Amino acid sequence: MAEIKSGLHYTKSHEWVKVDGDTVTMGVTDFAQSELGDITYLELPEAGDSVSKSEPLGVIESVKAASDIYSPVSGEIVEANDQAIDAPESVNSSPYDDAWLVKIKLSDSSELDELMDSATYEKFVEEEGGH
Amino acid sequence: MADASGLTRTPIADWHVEAGAKMVDFSGWYMPVSYKGIIEEHHAVRNNVGVFDLGHMGQLNVTGPDADDFLQYVTTNDVTKLAPGQAQYAMLLYPSGGVVDDIIVYRRPDDNGFFIVLNAANTKKDVDWFNEQKANRPEFDVTLDHSSERTGMIAIQGPNAESVLQKIIDVNLAPVPNFSSVFGNVAGSDCMVGRTGYTGEDGFEVYSPIEDILMIWKALFEAGEDVGIQPIGLGARDTLRLEAKMALYGQELSSEITPLEARLGWAVKFDKGEFIGREALLKQKDEGLKRRLVGFKLVERGGTPRTHYEIQVDGKTVGEVTSGTRSPTLGENIGLGLVDVEYAGVGKPLDIIVRNKPVRAEQVRTPFYKRG
Repeated sequence: MAEIKSGLHYTKSHEWVKVDGDTVTMGVTDFAQSELGDITYLELPEAGDSVSKSEPLGVIESVKAASDIYSPVSGEIVEANDQAIDAPESVNSSPYDDAWLVKIKLSDSSELDELMDSATYEKFVEEEGGH
Repeated sequence: MADASGLTRTPIADWHVEAGAKMVDFSGWYMPVSYKGIIEEHHAVRNNVGVFDLGHMGQLNVTGPDADDFLQYVTTNDVTKLAPGQAQYAMLLYPSGGVVDDIIVYRRPDDNGFFIVLNAANTKKDVDWFNEQKANRPEFDVTLDHSSERTGMIAIQGPNAESVLQKIIDVNLAPVPNFSSVFGNVAGSDCMVGRTGYTGEDGFEVYSPIEDILMIWKALFEAGEDVGIQPIGLGARDTLRLEAKMALYGQELSSEITPLEARLGWAVKFDKGEFIGREALLKQKDEGLKRRLVGFKLVERGGTPRTHYEIQVDGKTVGEVTSGTRSPTLGENIGLGLVDVEYAGVGKPLDIIVRNKPVRAEQVRTPFYKRG
């Protein structure tokens, strides 16, 4: 069973968001990494880039396929995780900690209300994942 | 998520699900794509031993007094070169020179005709094709017996394949050469066993009565438990075959791609006489190829090449990627592509267009991986 952390916010496209004041840290969920399989490549925006909610923010590649990573919120990239870029397999081993992907300065904090809490996401994964 | 309903299951399907495999719809079959992870499974085959459920592959028996002549006419390779038990890679061609399928032809170890292995996605098309050719040429006295539904097939591949299979088979495997087959009793079941595969490693493919295949599968896991035998899904099957530069129908081969373009001329024997597609290939040879398959690796970061990605040189489209992956063995992004001949050549540069961005690549010698 995929790990779902309480205290985080979640998107339907399987990203997680951790709020810290007006900045959020985001990554992909344990469910997402397990569905994708061995992660081999990450393409992430750079500090200063602006991102829009639900728009592709970067790309995550596994052995089998390339998938978009969607921005959970709108704002400006503060930092991308270079260590994750250099060791994409850390997304498999530590999706919530070592392999956070980017930090985003929020432009509209009300967008956070549209994200799921952990209990809602758990239910969503059960319904969508079927396992 | 794959939905099991409506998909065909091999006798081993429940075992895969029980083992926690990720299951997918592969040409209408409910098949495992991976168990523990593609990369781990890939390394298991390169360094140890892995087992593949190939119950989706098709089989056809060709017998009768004119079986040799018929296959000389329908396939590209020369079956008269096959001694009993020997196998060869061949293709079925359309008169245009495009490929119906690529196949393995075994002359049965008892010399009673031929046993042919067909790609899962093409089985029906191939069997229809064989029947059509037989109908077109009634002078060939042959019997075609489509035996896919009666035949179980698994592959045991990797450096420890022989020692594991040897424990449960009653014939000595050591003297069996590559691309050769024998009859043997495997865990109580009478089978045909070929020293063949689709991984670039040493290994075997076992053909049994379908009702025995699950029992054989389980016996292999018991026999290989001490060395850590692993089940291998279709994901690693693809990365293994690509490193070994083995063609995949639908990617390197299709009705629109000829064997010459795919660099498989070694499996086309013009000197044997008439065969379907021969004239078109001779004409293509005469006029010169316009494009051909090349191998490349990316020489800068930018992602992984994938099927149908565009290939450019100096901003001009010169071809298309047929297969690509991050190679688990080499740790590099590798691929095969069909490229205009004037840009093809080991050492020459290509740009692979990954998400609208050119990523620099260099053409390299293939296979990408060859066992030592």
